[in-house]
Amino acid sequence: MEPASQLDSNYDLSIQDFPYIIEWREDRCTRCGKCTAVCPVKAITPSVAAQRLVESEGASPMPTSKKVTRHVVVQSRDIDRYCTGCGTCSLVCPAEAIKPVYNSHNRFLIYKNKKGDAFKRGGRRNDPSISTVDKLKFTRISMLTDPALDAGRHEFRVRSLLGRILPPEELPLAVKDGKLVKMNEKFIPPVREIFPIRIGSMSVGALSPTMWEGLAMGVAYLNEVEGMPVVMCSGEGGLPPRLLKSRFAKYFILQIASGYFGWDEIVHAIPDMKEDPAAIEIKYGQGAKPGDGGLLMAYKVLKLIAKIRGVPEFIDLASPPTHQTKYSIEEAVAKMIQAMSMAWGFRVPVYPKISGSKTARAVLNNLARNPYAAALCIDGEDGGTGAAYNVSMDKMGHPIASNIRECYLDLVSQGKQNELPLIAAGGMGKGGHLAANAAAMIMLGASAVDIGKYIMQSAGNCLGDEYNRCNLCNTGRCPRGITTQDPRLYRRLDPDMVAQRVVDVFRVADVELKKIFAPMGRSTELPIGMSDGLSVADRAIAERLGISYAC
Amino acid sequence: MCRLSAITASDYFSPMETIMALETMKEGHDGSGLGLMLKNLGGDFEGLKEYPILSGICSQKGMTLLDDFMKSKGFRVKHMWTPRIKPMPGIQKRDFYIAKAYEYPEEWRDRPMSEKEDLLMRTRLELRAIGEPDQSIFAFSFYPDVLTLKEVGDPLEVAQFFGLDKSDSLKAKIALAQGRQNTNYAIYLYACHPFFIQGYASMTNGENTAFVPIREFLMSRGNPGYIGYNSDSEVFTHILHYTCRTLGFPLNYYKDVITPLKDSEIEGRSDREALGLMKKSLRPLCIDGPNCVIGFTPDGTVFMVQDSKKLRPGAVGGVKGKYALMSEECGITRAIPERDQSTDIYPMKYDMVIISPNAEEVTVWNQLRN
Ligand code: SF4
Ligand code: SF4
Repeated sequence: MEPASQLDSNYDLSIQDFPYIIEWREDRCTRCGKCTAVCPVKAITPSVAAQRLVESEGASPMPTSKKVTRHVVVQSRDIDRYCTGCGTCSLVCPAEAIKPVYNSHNRFLIYKNKKGDAFKRGGRRNDPSISTVDKLKFTRISMLTDPALDAGRHEFRVRSLLGRILPPEELPLAVKDGKLVKMNEKFIPPVREIFPIRIGSMSVGALSPTMWEGLAMGVAYLNEVEGMPVVMCSGEGGLPPRLLKSRFAKYFILQIASGYFGWDEIVHAIPDMKEDPAAIEIKYGQGAKPGDGGLLMAYKVLKLIAKIRGVPEFIDLASPPTHQTKYSIEEAVAKMIQAMSMAWGFRVPVYPKISGSKTARAVLNNLARNPYAAALCIDGEDGGTGAAYNVSMDKMGHPIASNIRECYLDLVSQGKQNELPLIAAGGMGKGGHLAANAAAMIMLGASAVDIGKYIMQSAGNCLGDEYNRCNLCNTGRCPRGITTQDPRLYRRLDPDMVAQRVVDVFRVADVELKKIFAPMGRSTELPIGMSDGLSVADRAIAERLGISYAC
Repeated sequence: MCRLSAITASDYFSPMETIMALETMKEGHDGSGLGLMLKNLGGDFEGLKEYPILSGICSQKGMTLLDDFMKSKGFRVKHMWTPRIKPMPGIQKRDFYIAKAYEYPEEWRDRPMSEKEDLLMRTRLELRAIGEPDQSIFAFSFYPDVLTLKEVGDPLEVAQFFGLDKSDSLKAKIALAQGRQNTNYAIYLYACHPFFIQGYASMTNGENTAFVPIREFLMSRGNPGYIGYNSDSEVFTHILHYTCRTLGFPLNYYKDVITPLKDSEIEGRSDREALGLMKKSLRPLCIDGPNCVIGFTPDGTVFMVQDSKKLRPGAVGGVKGKYALMSEECGITRAIPERDQSTDIYPMKYDMVIISPNAEEVTVWNQLRN
């Protein structure tokens, strides 16, 4: 006899346990099969279902039954084939017959642990609540004593500085015939003027060739045609040698991370480089997965990626959580900054990126004492990633707002707030308000912000969101062709259209930043640390950030 | 908007002249206060040039505290001036308005001026710290040949209250006067212009939108004198002091600090290398708000400078030996009626008007051409 547990499907999951439930309309479906073919996780399959139809004809009930066989679309109840809600099926459906519906009662995380395999994914923290940065408002409006500026008429300079800036007292200047002249003996650290929103580190490899190319083209266009000095970080894994040796190299920040992937190629390219890179970013941590190293899954390591990174094809590329050759972050920072600076003759700003942490100030103070440290980039808990453990993404890390604020105020207490630029990353534009988030972070003390997920969403139509929608970036099956090395998928993405959208995004951010700064009477310099311009309707946040409370 | 009135001359004149000029510009201020700062003093102080003058306001208690403190520091009173107060309705009289010239303490007499300046500033700050909690002492300036008067009320009435219209005991070759437009803050004497630090003074109209980052930058420079900031305009004085005294830059670089040029414009300057470095290192001191700044430096140079969009007016005019720097042209007409109006200068966004000591020469320094 079969056990009751099997008969009653007692060990199966109910569809109610799943995060997205497919609504399929039998009456509309044309049975074209597109949805089931396109689904990146095989969450839906075409199937046949036998149905018994009971009919009765005539005045008195005379039921007769007949069996019919129908073609249906069924949703899998296998947790490994859970519907991610990506909506690709809806996109391809010609009859609006199918869509995923979010199920807030889901118990997904309770079951997504089969065979002891912890849930890994891409994307960012699954928390759709409004972030602290998004709660900040700009409340100091110039009006009477202080006429507001006109975003359309007055000249604006929305620029920031990346690089170590000498304190005025240490400038090698002397007065000769009533004019200031520069004395030659002193080392002047390299400083770049940049647009205060940067494209943060996303590697060739994590991104598809079409996505990466589109971003790079957009950045080049912004610089060369729009005159906006937007810079973009390579992520770990280097750059295509042709790009490294081109005149466009100056728009890119080269990242070195603990796997040192790509650096063999870079080192060999140095003698042939026509331009210095914008900067070197030494990655010590990432907001999405603090304390974790990088990971590029084997199936993404195709020929080009393998070549750039200097590794065999189709092997997992894991970067360790720390720079293994160094004893401590202090040592690592000092030695790596020195080494990287030397590689380019001290002409390139070199700075570390860390994940948001309570200990960020300790790192900061270490950097403040190192005259070669060019900046500090802090990636908050809302930062994105191509692959990480869900627990790291959801529960590890520090919110960016207070982390940046306390670091800035620490610098203020040392008088070094203008010497070491802080770059804020993680969750910028999460709610769609990119310029407002950037402006708020700047007023809290950041010199610039980084975007990653936002540009994937806006320029590549990434489907991911904070309801764990899609987030398949780690699987190589990105339905938009953004984070995949599968040509069948990435050919969906047109690099020209990505580039066009990148340009759109930055042009709009530029306009919106001006629309924020102009009524606040700021136009010439970025209002870094202008905390009196901000308010929040939450006393605890106001107190923590040292801004005013307004409701 | 506050109104600014400054006169610099080769001969002593009565500070009433600046106040009458302010009066003609009355529409701009609502008469909520007068600040007056005189330099190169005549009258009672003409023979006391080297003795530092402490200007301030004290209550009965404050006066005792002040005297005891100054005595303990070794300062000896050389001369004391107090205005002959004429009670005016609407002006609340405080116990003592003082300007006391002191002899330096014995051990300081032969020290270099820069050290004396530090002593004077420290002493003023200590007095401020003693008197600020209960408002028993307000110390505005403590410096040789500089005198400050401040009070809340209609500027002309305040001047009459101080008896300036009736007495010749106060004269000067440089006078800065500001008629206050009270904005949204309660009027506090330390918030009244002009502000002073170690021989540098300035007054401003317009609001300073970059106040907080500038204040934080100044306060983190390690100079104990960079405190106060009851008014967002006080930073203009301290930036002046920081630029010229701390960094040792010539005065015209004040303009480059508060309104830096664009990089493309810097390229046209012969000192472009220095300017490029300055612009980055002094980035937090860039003002963005609409301001006209009028001030003087220890050597008696008087200047006027505008924000980079020239959102606040300002004009300079006069005759050789006497020039007026005003926020309105009618102020110049009142102060120096005999001047040829066609020679008036309206400094534009790149200009800095610099009048040499004793009102000898007026130069318009253009930021684009150096
Ligand atoms: S929403 Fe995405 S994962 Fe879900 S069934 Fe449709 S295509 Fe598949
Ligand atoms: S669309 Fe691609 S990049 Fe976006 S969440 Fe899905 S898999 Fe990741």
